[in-house]
Amino acid sequence: MNLDFSQIVPYIPFMLEGVWVTLQFVIISIIFGFILGSLIALVKISDIKGFKFIADAYTSVFRGTPLILQLLLIYYAIPQLTGYDISPFLSAILTFGLNSSAYVSEIIRAGIQAVDKGQREAAEALGIPYRPMMLKIILPQAMKNILPALMNEFITLTKESAIVSVISYLDLMRRAQVVASDIYRNFEPLLFVGVLYYIMVMILTIAGKYVEKRMRASD
Amino acid sequence: MIKVEQLHKSFGENEVLSDLNTSIERGEVVTIIGPSGSGKSTFLRCLNLLEKPTSGHVFVNDTDITNPKVDILKVREQIGMVFQHFHLFPHMTVLDNLTYAPMTVKGMKKDEAVRKAKDLLERVGLSDKTNAYPNSLSGGQKQRVAIARALAMEPELMLFDEPTSALDPEMVKEVLDVIKDLAHSGMTLAVVTHEMGFAKEVADRVVFMDQGKIVEETQPKTFFDQPKTERAQNFLDKVL
Ligand SMILES: Nc1ncnc2c1ncn2[C@@H]1O[C@H](COP(=O)(O)OP(=O)(O)O)[C@@H](O)[C@H]1O
Ligand SMILES: [Mg+2]
Repeated sequence: MNLDFSQIVPYIPFMLEGVWVTLQFVIISIIFGFILGSLIALVKISDIKGFKFIADAYTSVFRGTPLILQLLLIYYAIPQLTGYDISPFLSAILTFGLNSSAYVSEIIRAGIQAVDKGQREAAEALGIPYRPMMLKIILPQAMKNILPALMNEFITLTKESAIVSVISYLDLMRRAQVVASDIYRNFEPLLFVGVLYYIMVMILTIAGKYVEKRMRASD
Repeated sequence: MIKVEQLHKSFGENEVLSDLNTSIERGEVVTIIGPSGSGKSTFLRCLNLLEKPTSGHVFVNDTDITNPKVDILKVREQIGMVFQHFHLFPHMTVLDNLTYAPMTVKGMKKDEAVRKAKDLLERVGLSDKTNAYPNSLSGGQKQRVAIARALAMEPELMLFDEPTSALDPEMVKEVLDVIKDLAHSGMTLAVVTHEMGFAKEVADRVVFMDQGKIVEETQPKTFFDQPKTERAQNFLDKVL
């Protein structure tokens, strides 16, 4: 065994900053993904045939291809096709936002459709129009199913976010690689950021459990 | 008040209602009985377009609600419905369950809606549950709240789809008593039920359905004492 953690000490602030960089683009991506995903979910539960098909196709493509492929396509294809030199940051939030919107739209659709259909019938029988029915009767109940699943999506995204290191975006993962090549040691910096990822995911998991418990308490 | 002409309803290939013709007069209490799967619920749901008839006409106060131009929300305002499984809004208090639709649909002022809701809760004997959530109530209490919720819209007609079938036996009476009280107040009612005692006692008319058709339609006494058809006879032999 030839481990020497003392060598990474000077790099610790540099790597810790990566936590923030990673969280920053994950949070922006999830907000972007949530807004777009909600709109797509609304299309999915509507009766507008053509749009519905597009929404389903969109979801299917983003869920059916590797995330890293989507990332590289956006990072390399956009400059090649449009001449616009897209930054790693923008590529990252675009990829993760679009990708996550596909998953989020499924989460929201499933959450809404899991609400007892008697709720909708009761609202309709009372003459309540579509919008207030959705906003005040269906969605508040769907949230119970949606929020915990969204937290899971957040966790998944945080872990998967490490692949943006391939386009040289200086996230937590990339910083470990930079340190590794500086000090000619791989294990120590990788182990260090591994622990940081684990802590982030654990914090999110605990937050998710809390949300879930709150939701169940309101039953 | 309601007139049904040549009503047909199919789900895919399966014809569930075939050629129903009947009417309900203002103030009348009609009970609809028949074996399970005979189309009673579907018929009731065609009256407020929760199911869309395949063909035929349903007139509510002379408006043909099968006409696509009719604003169905306006029609539903006048028709209350009570379901077998209550379908109260679980995230709202009992009071909010009663006030939400009048405020949202009719633009009723909050204090007026609350006052009316409290009157109704008193009428169904649940004043003490005003601020409770539905999940804390017994089945019989839930159904009484559901009736009050429908009444809060001040409908001209109330539809009941097996309102006591999901209840424990000891709670059936409290719900039937509320419905009887409504019947005596002159409200127009259409009640799908398996409670033959209730049908006998309260109904002005019994509609007997079997296999998607109205087989007999007559006064309760005549129906229960001298059913005309063999199908009705067989049904009564089973349930009485
Ligand atoms: N939404 C539906 N889709 C397909 N078939 C249905 C639907 N609702 C009812 N049916 C069928 O219609 C028939 C009559 O059902 P229903 O009106 O519920 O009868 P009842 O209330 O007398 O028991 C049954 O055979 C049932 O399976
Ligand atoms: Mg039924």
